[in-house]
Amino acid sequence: MKREKRHEPDLALHIEDLTVAYEGKPVLWDIDVNIPPGVMAAVIGPNGAGKSTLIKTVLGLVKPTAGHICIHGYPPRQALKRVAYVPQRSAVDWDFPTTVVDVVMMGRYGHLGWFRWPGKRERRRAMDALSAVGMEAFANRQINQLSGGQQQRVFLARAMVQDADVLFLDEPMAGVDATTEKAVVALLQELRDQGKTIIVVHHDLQTVRDYFDWLVILNVRVVAQGPIPEVYTGENLRKAYGGRIALLDPDSSGETPDAVPREVVN
Amino acid sequence: MLELLGNHTVQTVTLGAVLLGMVSGLLGSFAVLRQQSLLGDTLAHAALPGVCIGFLIAGTRHLGWIMAGALVTAVIAALFVQVVTRYSRIKMDAGLGAALSVSFAVGVVLLTYIQGHASASQGGLDSFLFGQAAATRPSDLWFMGGVTLAAMALVALMWKQLKLVTFDPLFAGSIGLRVGVLETLLTAMIALAVVVGLQMVGVVLMTAMVIAPPVAARQWVSRLEHMVFLAMFMGVVSGVVGVLLSAGVPNLATGPVVVLVASALVTLSLLLAPGRGVLWSWLKLWREQRSIGQRQMLVTLHKLAEHHEDPYYPVERSMLDSFYGVATGHILRRLQARGFVVPASHMRQEGPHWALTDAGHNEARQELERMDWNQAGV
Repeated sequence: MKREKRHEPDLALHIEDLTVAYEGKPVLWDIDVNIPPGVMAAVIGPNGAGKSTLIKTVLGLVKPTAGHICIHGYPPRQALKRVAYVPQRSAVDWDFPTTVVDVVMMGRYGHLGWFRWPGKRERRRAMDALSAVGMEAFANRQINQLSGGQQQRVFLARAMVQDADVLFLDEPMAGVDATTEKAVVALLQELRDQGKTIIVVHHDLQTVRDYFDWLVILNVRVVAQGPIPEVYTGENLRKAYGGRIALLDPDSSGETPDAVPREVVN
Repeated sequence: MLELLGNHTVQTVTLGAVLLGMVSGLLGSFAVLRQQSLLGDTLAHAALPGVCIGFLIAGTRHLGWIMAGALVTAVIAALFVQVVTRYSRIKMDAGLGAALSVSFAVGVVLLTYIQGHASASQGGLDSFLFGQAAATRPSDLWFMGGVTLAAMALVALMWKQLKLVTFDPLFAGSIGLRVGVLETLLTAMIALAVVVGLQMVGVVLMTAMVIAPPVAARQWVSRLEHMVFLAMFMGVVSGVVGVLLSAGVPNLATGPVVVLVASALVTLSLLLAPGRGVLWSWLKLWREQRSIGQRQMLVTLHKLAEHHEDPYYPVERSMLDSFYGVATGHILRRLQARGFVVPASHMRQEGPHWALTDAGHNEARQELERMDWNQAGV
C-alpha cells in the first residue's frame, strides 16, 4: 500500500476504461470520468443509464468487469475514509428501532476500531452535524416519525460526520419538499466551498444549472463531461435522452438552451 | 406447578428452554429486522435430512452426530439460497421456498427409508419433526449453553457492525465492512440456534421460536438494544411457561405448547402495545372522533347565538338532536365538564336547554379560525 505510487493524485475522482456488467449485460461501457477536487458535480442521464451503478462501483459495492478507479489517487479500498456515501432514502427500512442521533453516529463507525463502541465524542459530533442540518430538536426521536425531507437531512448529517473529502449522494432531492431541497443544496455548496468534492446523482434537469458547477452526462457511456456551461447543451442532452426529452427551445443549434428542458415521463 | 421444578427431568428441560429462548430471541431479532424471518424456517426444515444422515453415519441415535448432520445440511441450504439469489434472477422468497421444500422432501424420504430398514435403535427419530423435550439430557445443556454463549459474545463484540449491516447494508459496504461475511456469519449463527432447538421444538415449529419473540418485542420498544433484550426475555418466558404447562398437564407435547405461548405473547403485543398496538390506534381514533363531535357542537352553538344576537341564547337539546340526527346529551355533558356550556332553562313546558359560556365562545372562534386557515392552505 505504501510503496504504490498514487495514480492521478490531482483528481478527486478518476475513472478509466471502466466496464460494469450485470448478468453479462453492460450497464456501464468503457467509461472515463475525471472530476477535479472542489466542485459540485451532477451525474445525470435517463433511467437505466448506470448512474447509481457508477456510484456503487466507485464505493466498491459493485465489482467492475474491467477498468480502474482512483479517489485522490488511491484505489477505492484504500480511500474508504476519504469518501462518504448517502444512499437513496428508500434503501433502508425507516421502521428500524433506532433514534435519529444513533443513525448519525453510524457515520463515525468507519473511524472506530473493530470492537470499539461509539461514545461521548461520537455523540457530540453527531449533535453538531444535526444542528448544521437543522435537526437538533429531533435527535432523540424515533426514525419512523420523520418526514421524507427530515430523513434526507439525517442522512446528510451522517455523511458530514464522516469527515470525507469526496461525498457521493444518490438522488438526495428525490421526494423531498422544496424547503429541504434548498437547505440540502445550500449545505452541499457550503461543503464544496470548504474544498470538498460533491458528486450527486440527479434526476431534475431543470435545476442542474442552478445547483451545480460540473456535469457528467451518462447513458451507459459518457455522453459529455466538464464545466456546466460547456456541457449543458441541447445537443448533449438530446444525445443522452433521445426522444425522451422535449426541449422547449426552438433553436436546436446546439447552444445552451434558454428554455428549460423537461424530461418527458413515458 | 412450582413443585414440578423439583423434578430432575423438568429441571433439565426448563434450563434447556431458557437457553433456547435466549439464543433464538437474540439471533431472531436480527433475522426479523433483515426481513429474513423465513430463513429460520428454511434452515429448520433443511436440518431434517442432516438428522437422518447423522443417524445413518452413527448407526444409532447419537445426538452429537445428529446435530452435526443437521448443522451441515442447514448451512448448505443457506449457502444455496445465498448463491442462487446473488447469481440468478430468482428472488429471496422463491429461493428460500425452494430450499425449504426440497430439503424437507429429502428429509422425509430419508426418514421413511430409515424407519423401514434400520434396527430398533431408530426409535423416535421422527420426534425431531415436532420435538421431544423430555428427551433432553443434562449433557445436551452444555452444547446449548455453549451455542448461546458464543452467540451472545458475537453480538456483544460486533454490535455496531451487525446493527449497521441490518439497518443499511449499502452504507455498511461503503465504509468497508464485509457485508457478505457478516451476513453469512449471522446466518450460520441462526442455523446453530435452529439446531439447538430441534430436539425440543422440532423442525416444523422451530421457526416460530426465531420469529415470535422478536416480533412481540418490537411492539413495545424502539431501540435495537432494548428489542434484543426483550426478545430474549420473551423467548425465555415462552420456553419456561410452555415447559411447565406441558409438564403439569398429562399428554401435552412440550414443543407445540412452547410455540403457542410465544404466539400468545405476539397476539397480546400486537393488541396492547402502546403506540403500535391495534387497541391503541382504536383508542386514538375514538378520541379523535369524540373531539370532532365536540368541536362541531361548539361551532353550531356559537353560530346559533350569533344568529339570535344573544351570546347566552339557550338552545333546546331536542333541536340539536334533530339537527345532528343523534342523541347529543353526552357531547353536551362533556363540554359542560370542560366549562364551555352550561345548562339553561327557558320555558317550563320545554325540555332541557344549553347555552355557551364565554370560554365556549372563545373556543368556537378559535375553531372557526383554524378551519379558515386550513381551507386557505389547500
